[in-house]
Amino acid sequence: MIRILLLVMLVTGQAAHAHKSSDSYLQLHAQDDSLRGRWDIALRDLDYALGLDRNGDGRLTWGEVRAAAETIKAYALAHLALAANDTACPLQAGDLLIDQHSDGRYAVVPLSARCPKPVHSLSLDYSLFFDLDRQHRGLLTLQSGDAQQTAIFSPEVRQQHWNGISGEPAAGAWTRLQDFAREGVWHIWIGYDHLLFLLSLLLPAALIRESEGWQPKTGFKTTLGEVVAVVSAFTLAHSLTLSLAVLQIVSLPSRWVEAAIAASVLLAALNNIVPCVTHRKYWVAFGFGLIHGLGIASVLLDMQLSPQNIVWALFSFNLGVELGQLAVVAAVLPLIGYFSRYRYYPAVAMHAGSAAIAGLALIWLAERSLDINLISG
Amino acid sequence: MKCVLFISCYLLVSPGFVDASPYLPQSDAELLETLPARDETDRRMRDLQSQIRNRPNDWQAVQRLTTLLIERGRATSDPRYFGYAEANLQPWLNAATPHPQALILHATLLQNRHAFAPALQALDQALALQPRSGLAWLSKAAIQQVQGNFTGAWQSCLAARRGTPTLTANACLAAPLSMTGRLKEAQGLLQQTLAGEAEAPVADRQWAWTMLAEIDERLGDPAAAEVAYRQALAFPQASAYLLSTYADFLLQQQRYPEVIDLLKGETRADGLLLRLALAERRLQRAEASEHVQALQARFAAGRLRGETSHQAEEARFYLELAGNPAEALRLAEANWAVQREPRDALIFLQAAKAAAAPARAAPVLRFIAESGVQDTRLQALANTLGARS
Repeated sequence: MIRILLLVMLVTGQAAHAHKSSDSYLQLHAQDDSLRGRWDIALRDLDYALGLDRNGDGRLTWGEVRAAAETIKAYALAHLALAANDTACPLQAGDLLIDQHSDGRYAVVPLSARCPKPVHSLSLDYSLFFDLDRQHRGLLTLQSGDAQQTAIFSPEVRQQHWNGISGEPAAGAWTRLQDFAREGVWHIWIGYDHLLFLLSLLLPAALIRESEGWQPKTGFKTTLGEVVAVVSAFTLAHSLTLSLAVLQIVSLPSRWVEAAIAASVLLAALNNIVPCVTHRKYWVAFGFGLIHGLGIASVLLDMQLSPQNIVWALFSFNLGVELGQLAVVAAVLPLIGYFSRYRYYPAVAMHAGSAAIAGLALIWLAERSLDINLISG
Repeated sequence: MKCVLFISCYLLVSPGFVDASPYLPQSDAELLETLPARDETDRRMRDLQSQIRNRPNDWQAVQRLTTLLIERGRATSDPRYFGYAEANLQPWLNAATPHPQALILHATLLQNRHAFAPALQALDQALALQPRSGLAWLSKAAIQQVQGNFTGAWQSCLAARRGTPTLTANACLAAPLSMTGRLKEAQGLLQQTLAGEAEAPVADRQWAWTMLAEIDERLGDPAAAEVAYRQALAFPQASAYLLSTYADFLLQQQRYPEVIDLLKGETRADGLLLRLALAERRLQRAEASEHVQALQARFAAGRLRGETSHQAEEARFYLELAGNPAEALRLAEANWAVQREPRDALIFLQAAKAAAAPARAAPVLRFIAESGVQDTRLQALANTLGARS
């Protein structure tokens, strides 16, 4: 997703007015029985085909393009045939707009179509400019539900066909489970704030607070018990709000959520330095976990899943998040258990470590609440 | 690191992104596009086009127009002209027996976008129809040379000799000679022919001087190379190939300001822009970031099209400008499957070294050993890598 966005940004960056081969950019979005989209065609190519530069001065003005708008639309539509469910579904062109690409300005032809039935399969027959420029390519992005497909039309490949548009997931349930679970694992892995929050709560798991300071607990069982309680509470809470947010039952401003998450990391870390809550930490985990769930949901919300797919995606994604989280806990827990027995553990891990986490959280908090960039760049 | 790179890329390009949504121009007078120069050549091309529309069977007009389009494409580094030229030839290629000249022009266009296998196919088809076409044999030799098939190139050059001017024929022969352990011989042949053929066409003499300069360079004699490059540059209109080779020579000698002088304004061809950006980066010039961004945008656009003809340059971009040797090595490997000139070997070895993957350089090391190619830079790099792999 991000890669594609980056490419689009790079292509639309306008500092360089380079020469490149002729491309048109066709974007289509299929939903139920309707299709909409846009088709960006270089003005230079349209001039080569249709002679837009009426006065021949080599300078193409909006007046000249506007005068030829109907011709351009007719020419474009004559070179793109669309069939849905094997039945022709004629495209309509909206009012012409202009956009900038890396090699100059393009005419933007808004497209729409209403097909007789919900679109399950789609065929496109593309023939723009192939008679004039054998190096012309039509670059298509087809969006349906949460699936995005790309294709390149060339003189050799003028037809493309897709099955499983809107409604029917293109991939099988198992593949989709894997995809979303992987996404979930990845999200928790790169979501340092969630992990640091959990880590801050777990750092003292093998210690017990007594009047003279922190003391190692006797026996691993009590440690494990506390870890299970904290992790379960956090999981339960964030799964709950993750679901509510993704199903769009709860919605809070993302800047507020992100700042609240940073604040939760800060508080959890400070609690290790200046102990405030030392027992029943699972309530802390649960309470703040509710906010973390809202943050985790943003990834899925960004994907704009279709209603049919959302429950399965939510389940798979959440599974991935928990798996990723368990893996990190499983890796960290033996270390905490082992090092807690040393006398320097409270000073090093509890104080210095938590101070570092608190420092980072403070920067996040400042960035997120003031909307400024301190370290992220 | 990746993250920093990603975000800086985003920041670099985001000003372009902000206003990238379609808009409705406010006034009829708003200038949207400046079209390519409407000059004498353009007028001639238009005349030929209408002539062809009226008489589609006029091969002479098609040939003239195609040649003009290819020339203009080369002069302006604007690839659209090559696409027009190809479309122009299409009806003649689809004929039951294609015109041999159409096949040769088509091969030139295919070669131009590094589609070497289909280009050779087209040339073989042309040679079947016209076995004595010097031009077809010369084109074939050039492709074989790029592919590292030096025996084949040598034979094609020999076949091209009949009906080909001496300078062109000898320059053709010098190329495979220079790659098969007979660098001195190639140098002598070129020097001798250049002295005797003062009346040969300018483009051919420039080509021969460029080749001589490259041979001097590979022999480790930069002073002689400089003299030859100066000779080549003394002709009006330096070819893009000459500019890029000389720029590489200057970069190698760390003469960065001269690279900028040489390539100032040459931002249209990717290969020249790359070298300009390299020199600007070394001198920490402000233009560097803009040019790096432009290159990135062009490579991204090429990838969207599924194009692979820029892989050698892209590899160099990732190695020397984007600091991503792993990606550079991947591209250099892909490029090596298509072309095998010393510069392709060089970027491959440099990328393998930078990516700390000497074992992956094995195909190039084997190629160097088997072909007997001489090149002091390549040899030095191969020695350090060979010792490690």
